[in-house]
Amino acid sequence: MRDAGLLDLAASSLTPPGATPLLAIQDLTVAFDGVPALRGVDLAIHAGEAHGLVGESGCGKSVTLLAALGLLPPTATVRGSVRLDGQELLGAPQAVLDGVRGGRVAMIFQDPASALNPVHRVGAQVVEALRLHRGLDGTAARAEARRLFDLVGIPDPTRRLDAYPHELSGGQNQRVMIAMALAGEPDLLIADEPTTALDATIQAQILDLLRKVQRETGMALVLISHDLGVIADVCARVAVMYAGRIVEQATAEALFANPLHPYTRGLMSALPDMDGPRRRLAAIEGAVPEPWAMPAGCAFAPRCGLAVDACRADPPPALLPAAGAYRPDPHHVACLRADPDHHVEPRWHTASRSAAMTRSRVQPSARA
Amino acid sequence: MTRFLALRFSRALLSILLVVTFAFVVLRLSGDPALTIMSPEAPPEAIAAFRKAWGLDQPIWVQYLRYFGAIAHGELGVSMRDGRPALALVAERIPATLMITIPALMLKIALGIPAGITAALHRNTLRDRLLMAGAVAGFTVPSFVLGLVLVLVFAVRLGWLPSGGDERWTSAVLPVLTLGLGGAGILARFTRSAMLEVLGQPYIRTASAKGVPWRLVVRHHALPNAAIPTVTIVGFMVGSLIAGAVVVESVFSWPGVGRLLVVAVANRDLAVVQCILLLVSATMVTANLIVDLLYGALDPRLRVGTAAAH
Repeated sequence: MRDAGLLDLAASSLTPPGATPLLAIQDLTVAFDGVPALRGVDLAIHAGEAHGLVGESGCGKSVTLLAALGLLPPTATVRGSVRLDGQELLGAPQAVLDGVRGGRVAMIFQDPASALNPVHRVGAQVVEALRLHRGLDGTAARAEARRLFDLVGIPDPTRRLDAYPHELSGGQNQRVMIAMALAGEPDLLIADEPTTALDATIQAQILDLLRKVQRETGMALVLISHDLGVIADVCARVAVMYAGRIVEQATAEALFANPLHPYTRGLMSALPDMDGPRRRLAAIEGAVPEPWAMPAGCAFAPRCGLAVDACRADPPPALLPAAGAYRPDPHHVACLRADPDHHVEPRWHTASRSAAMTRSRVQPSARA
Repeated sequence: MTRFLALRFSRALLSILLVVTFAFVVLRLSGDPALTIMSPEAPPEAIAAFRKAWGLDQPIWVQYLRYFGAIAHGELGVSMRDGRPALALVAERIPATLMITIPALMLKIALGIPAGITAALHRNTLRDRLLMAGAVAGFTVPSFVLGLVLVLVFAVRLGWLPSGGDERWTSAVLPVLTLGLGGAGILARFTRSAMLEVLGQPYIRTASAKGVPWRLVVRHHALPNAAIPTVTIVGFMVGSLIAGAVVVESVFSWPGVGRLLVVAVANRDLAVVQCILLLVSATMVTANLIVDLLYGALDPRLRVGTAAAH
């Protein structure tokens, strides 16, 4: 029996009141050859918002959005509903999907060098998108591609149009990918780990660029990352995924100020503090359960310092607004033990903090 | 570019040199032409005279240097068997060989590449499995077995086609089929794996993600990339146009270079064997050179000149 006191069951939908989502993903499940990868994902992306999707490798962040656009290989079984402005995309005819992809919804990927076709000039790859979605051809298309290159900050754009991907740096290739994504004037840009393969300084530039184009075009942005710092930098709302489910969703502000799910709190304590004493970073003990051996109850229960018998017995509650959460954009969490009013430090969290304090006293900063 | 070509060209010459040297040494160590051509019962004086006439009484390195001296003067030697220039003997056989190897090459390409592409695009379906079963059968069955089976069916049982010889144009059909089916199997396998490799690349997903219709993804994004490994195999096939039909020519008594080679080796007719090997290695090396140049045309990453930025 769930402890109703932890959750405000009266609060309603996952979406902020008064808004129809641009992209509404409902009860999305994906299995590869029968092995589940997504186990019921609900996600709503609103027009113009920057939404983060965070979680560790293999938790289903990318799969969620790839499945939404029908980009998974045929071995994947996809069920549920994905609506773009009310139009169902799952099972939609190929022609409809081709129109949506690169048009209303564009996507960029992790490794820009291998995401661009090595045998075609980068300009031609952008022109291809312009031809498909805006009917541009010849000099008009080239002029527009040049403008897009300029927009995304590629120096000497006219010459770069004729370059091949191997002649450009990783950062420049990612800029090409962004230019290509902007070619279709999308309402939504999905950026799947766009900075993971890049150097730290280039990462910051690409994130700045994403923020800038999002602001200037007014498109929505879904930023998929395993890096909380990247998410915090760009996104206004964040969903946290664990083992094929969304476990927590809130405004970035609320999530970082007051993480409710023990997993999110584990992620936060694995981050170094910018100020304050040096401490040993706390790792979350154990490993994500294998997809073919999911526990009966909450997937995080085996690693959770707060888990009780009920967590292990039954699946966790659906993603529901937590009591006392921020309005009008409520803080959602799928956890029996999440309690915003009685904040309980998980065991491993407390342990690591005190260990770190001892450590910082023993080892004062040598350079001070 | 000039430097690249010069380098490739000298490597090509070196390859030919190695092949010819190897053949020279092996042939001379593996049997005495005098005994094979004259018969062992011939009087010893006659054999000694034969050896002296052909320079076989000299140490092997002297023979080798003389041989290369002759090549440098464009002299490829004379057949020990009938005294005609080796080059002329070989040259008159080339048209017959090309008459079966060129159509066979076209058959390999026309069957193998589409089969490989289709199999890759329908991976793990019944179509894929049937095509690949056919391909494996095509290249695992030795050509003499396939040739004999075709003879049995089309010549002996059905009587549609001649079983050998070169009297009519229909005589070429079974040799072409024998060569072509085996090669098509090899090409289908290579094309399939090249396509599968390419279809798994992130840029294919990028193309789909930007709304390129699937048939254009295949044609415009996958095929040009899959062409690179496929061209390598086709290059080998082009390189073996002259000498790739030794077994098949023997099975079908086709009067080509391959049959000449078999006879010349059996007789230790050194000049003829060496002339054929020189020709074969030159063809193979030229084909490889063309393939190398094609790589640059197909893949900008391998293009000379732009590679400086890499």
